Amino acid sequence: MGHGIASMLLVALGGALGGISRYAVSNFMAQLLGKAFPWGTLIVNASGAFLAGGLLGYYGMPGAQPLWLFTIVGLLGGYTTVSSFSLQTIELWQGGQAMRAALNIAATLVLGLAMVILGWLLTKELQ
Amino acid sequence: MSWQAYMAVGIGSGFGSMLRYGISLASLAALGGYLPWATLLVNVLGSGIIGWVAATASRFPSGKLAHWQPLLMAGFCGGFTTFSLFSLETLHLVQQGLPGLALLYVLISLPLWLLAAWLGERMALSRSPS
Repeated sequence: MGHGIASMLLVALGGALGGISRYAVSNFMAQLLGKAFPWGTLIVNASGAFLAGGLLGYYGMPGAQPLWLFTIVGLLGGYTTVSSFSLQTIELWQGGQAMRAALNIAATLVLGLAMVILGWLLTKELQ
Repeated sequence: MSWQAYMAVGIGSGFGSMLRYGISLASLAALGGYLPWATLLVNVLGSGIIGWVAATASRFPSGKLAHWQPLLMAGFCGGFTTFSLFSLETLHLVQQGLPGLALLYVLISLPLWLLAAWLGERMALSRSPS
């Protein structure tokens, strides 16, 4: 199972680097725009979806190649997050900010799906 | 933010990502690849865990869990859950000519993520103080 362990380590390394990048971006955005709205998570997820779409357009859906494991499963999988999105959305809602919670849901879904398509189309065109 | 916090996030996220990959392999073997069950599962589980950790840490601010918050929340839960794979899978379903299934995937995922985070929070808050 040497190959399996190598795959696991590639994913772990990518995931660690992706998580650190996410933490840096969300801290930076919180400093820049404040904590009233989870800008950091939104930007992380939108940009991560864009990059993932771009890589899909470039590589196709290969599944288990080392580069795919490192970049898509590891790096971008660790960079983007659903848990923070869920927590921040219910915190907005519980804090009496139902409008902002709804806006966060809509922006995340619309921007996320638009970005993955945009990234995919761009690299498709380039090839 | 301290470099220790960044280290902790990196370690937690690397471990969470590896576990997510392991679950995706197991799910592919057990359930097949028709619907992205593994991603749905990790995103729901991760949302539940982050809700539980956040509520417990705010309840016991000087407790052990609060101390490990960066490792557990931004680290483990952040790396374990994934938005990029969720959007890739949605796009992939559309490209396979299954737009209805793609819509279903989105409409199932979103409420389950939020419900899980809320339930995790509830569980932490309803636990009697020890």
